[in-house]
Amino acid sequence: MGLAALWLAAALAALQLIGGFLSLRLPGNPLEPVVRPTAIVQAALVAVAFACLIAVFWRTDLSVALVAENSHSAKPLLYKIAGAWGNHEGSMLLWVTIMALAGGCVALLERRLPERTILATLAAQAFVSLGFYAFLLIASNPFARLDPAAPEGQGLNPLLQDPGLAFHPPTLYIGYVGLSVAFSFAVGALLTREVSPAFARAMRPWVLGAWIFLTLGITAGSYWAYYELGWGGWWFWDPVENASLMPWLAATALLHSVSVLASRNALRAWTVMLGVVAFAMSMIGTFLVRSGVLTSVHAFAVDPERGTFILALLTINIGAALTIFALRAGTVSEGERFAVVSRESALVFNNVMLTAILGIVLLGTLYPLLAEALGAQVSVGPPYFNPATAVFVLPMLVVMAIGPLLRWRRDQFARVRPVLILPLLVLIGVAIWLTIYGLHVLPLLGIALGTGLLMVALVPLRGRRLRTVTLPLWGMVVAHFGIGVALLGVACDSAFSTEKLVAARVGETVAVGPWLVRLSRIEPVAGPNWTALEATLAASYSGAAADELKPQARSFWTPVQQTNESAILTRWNGQLYTVLGEEADDGRWQLRLWWKPFVTLIWLGGMLVALGGALALLGRVASDWRRAIAAGKIVYRRQRQGRG
Amino acid sequence: MMRSLLIAALLAAAPVLADSTLPPAPYANVQLEDPAQEAKAAALMASLRCLQCQGQSISDSDAQIAGDLRNQVRLRIKAGEDPEAIRAWLIDRYGDYVSYAPRVTTLTWPLFAAPLALLALAFVLLRRRFTRSAA
Amino acid sequence: MTAVPTGSRWALWLPLGLFAGFVAVVLFSLLKPADRAVKSAMIGRPLPQFTLAAASAAQPGLARADLADGKVHLLNIFASWCVPCAVEGPQLQALRARGVDVVGVAIRDKPDDLARFFAQHGNPFSRVGADNVSAIQFALGSSGVPESFVVDGRGVIRYQHIGDIRADQVDMIAAKVAEAGR
Repeated sequence: MGLAALWLAAALAALQLIGGFLSLRLPGNPLEPVVRPTAIVQAALVAVAFACLIAVFWRTDLSVALVAENSHSAKPLLYKIAGAWGNHEGSMLLWVTIMALAGGCVALLERRLPERTILATLAAQAFVSLGFYAFLLIASNPFARLDPAAPEGQGLNPLLQDPGLAFHPPTLYIGYVGLSVAFSFAVGALLTREVSPAFARAMRPWVLGAWIFLTLGITAGSYWAYYELGWGGWWFWDPVENASLMPWLAATALLHSVSVLASRNALRAWTVMLGVVAFAMSMIGTFLVRSGVLTSVHAFAVDPERGTFILALLTINIGAALTIFALRAGTVSEGERFAVVSRESALVFNNVMLTAILGIVLLGTLYPLLAEALGAQVSVGPPYFNPATAVFVLPMLVVMAIGPLLRWRRDQFARVRPVLILPLLVLIGVAIWLTIYGLHVLPLLGIALGTGLLMVALVPLRGRRLRTVTLPLWGMVVAHFGIGVALLGVACDSAFSTEKLVAARVGETVAVGPWLVRLSRIEPVAGPNWTALEATLAASYSGAAADELKPQARSFWTPVQQTNESAILTRWNGQLYTVLGEEADDGRWQLRLWWKPFVTLIWLGGMLVALGGALALLGRVASDWRRAIAAGKIVYRRQRQGRG
Repeated sequence: MMRSLLIAALLAAAPVLADSTLPPAPYANVQLEDPAQEAKAAALMASLRCLQCQGQSISDSDAQIAGDLRNQVRLRIKAGEDPEAIRAWLIDRYGDYVSYAPRVTTLTWPLFAAPLALLALAFVLLRRRFTRSAA
Repeated sequence: MTAVPTGSRWALWLPLGLFAGFVAVVLFSLLKPADRAVKSAMIGRPLPQFTLAAASAAQPGLARADLADGKVHLLNIFASWCVPCAVEGPQLQALRARGVDVVGVAIRDKPDDLARFFAQHGNPFSRVGADNVSAIQFALGSSGVPESFVVDGRGVIRYQHIGDIRADQVDMIAAKVAEAGR
């Protein structure tokens, strides 16, 4: 049933592709009116296929190979369902599902652009989808049967059995796929040479939507790594993390260049190229994660064969798009010019910096591969990435603070100087205070700049009545404020964290930062599919009443694996992070304790950024609706007048 | 099917491979008494790559060999050795793999040239985008 | 829309060029996966100084001086808790039968466990030193168990074998030993 729906959907995608491209060559051909409905029906069919997959996981139907390999009847229901996309085949099906749904939405809703551009866009979307259908149907059929049915499933990797992670991959996929829509728009616009502000306005909600989900996905993924890996780190510059960061960087750049194009009709070719690059980064990320060409802490079930397939798709899609770009972009003018001091130029600066960071992350991630090809082994890690990206991040943040205060086209720096003086003084004050405190350069700059950013981010609201501020402006302010918050969190964590590694006896008390932590007892406990040793820690913050934490060392049996479950106590001013290690032979227990002041700001900031994106999206969509309704009314009135 | 079984087996392999029953080395999971020395050791350990695990630094790894290397790093820092001397000693034995901080060599110079090259490229491409401020 | 050509044409091909470079690199590593084993950089260099106490009652300990005695030795890094090391036993016995002197460094091991290991899987070693904190392992540039080093009569490391020696590799190792003896 699911498989049949999938085949049908693939056939429709082919029809959509042919119809769309034909309309480029032969305007008014008979397939033209079919394209939009085809996209919608295709979306419905894939949704049915995905629903079937969820159903077999729900029932733990062990005659389906995928279920037998990735699920187990003893698993909690949430993870049974999450198991549907917690594996390669299922996640690919999820990918095409979201992609088809997005294509369906474009077909259903988008009326602003010339019909030719929309058809070309849908054709491009179908082209990308077809590749994934081929992948699913030929190389990784999620509905393959087992005969006879397996007696019991093999279970899901215990590290993945976590509520946060059940929703982490779909979040990232929605982001990736949203970028595929931006990609299709870019290709469509290149094919028809219709790179206009209207194009930017049509593309913007998709970019914004994708960007919100990417932001959430990275924030959640980072928090997951933080509490699950059990060493207190929240970002390791691991290839898989970089793979999720790169599309975000490209999408952030795209988001900003799209607004320049939408409001000022400038940066045309650049925006189109970013549209291609952003999706390229999504696919490159997927490729790096799945193919196993790079070694990663987060690598699950990698397979070079599938990697080759994704690489082939990647090469065809992106290679074709970049070739079209190289051939066509020369005929797309860059559009309006602007002065060095202007909002455009601040946004261009932001784009250059983001692209540079993207380049550094990509290069650093791939460099070990390049070295291997030359027969050498190199490791590129935080000691490279931190300073190399900071060089670009810090100036970018300064410009991010000032940019929104500038006018479009041309401005005088002197005009905005007065509002910047106070934040600048605060920034310098904080820097001096921290220098006396004896901090390293990067955390010091981070905290000082973060404080300054928080103040400047709010300046665009100055002198406005808050009720009349538009949603997109609120969105920008909240997102920029969120960046400041996250930066403060990052800098505080690296500056003020204290670590305590001890071997403690039951009853012993350990001091970490302002905390006194007592190891009260160690007991065995049992969960649905694991057993664990659980420590009970009584933690008291500078003499206050003690709170209990219960870190565990868990042993899973389907499949067999050990994990450390950290226990975290959150206060307004930071987190106490505790991990239970192994038993030493003299009856003492390894404890790892961290006091991380304000570390929560990192993820709070990430959520604020996503919230800002959501506000902006809401504002844009609402104003599009209003405009559509107003336009409809005018048409209606004209028709009535025509009759009267 | 066979392949997936293999993957499942690999996932399960880590804990099935027996580990030493010897307790962790003295300074594997215990900090140095002097906070300044511990800070030096921690910074170094965060930038040394675990030899057996998949892309983790020795300070983030549960592997026993990582614990032993932490022990060695702490002991040598305690004895007054310079962190960079310890890093050089390890690179001398394992090659550049062991250090997460790439050195500038004939092989790695593009890593360090890249930021500058990117900026230069941006400058070349953007030069003509701006109007004269008088325009 | 007016078709005003933008500045540099070469810049338009730049993204495609970079992308082609990316594809070339990853394709290369997909088709020809590099050996990810971390090799020692000590090959061709003299052994570091070390002195290890006896790991069990079965044989004496091991020091650098025991290896730089004019004869070639096979230095095997192993542990009783390591499964491939047990699998490797017969191959080490075979090498010993061909006249190769096999000495061992036991990583993070206990005398009782070692005695049981020797009883079960045989004891090809003339000397075994105990390295309880992997110190000698690091000094040799070794990254796991089992590993074997061919050390010549002057105490210079000539060859490193990573992983267990398989039955079909015994001849190759014996040849390496013979080569080091010339």
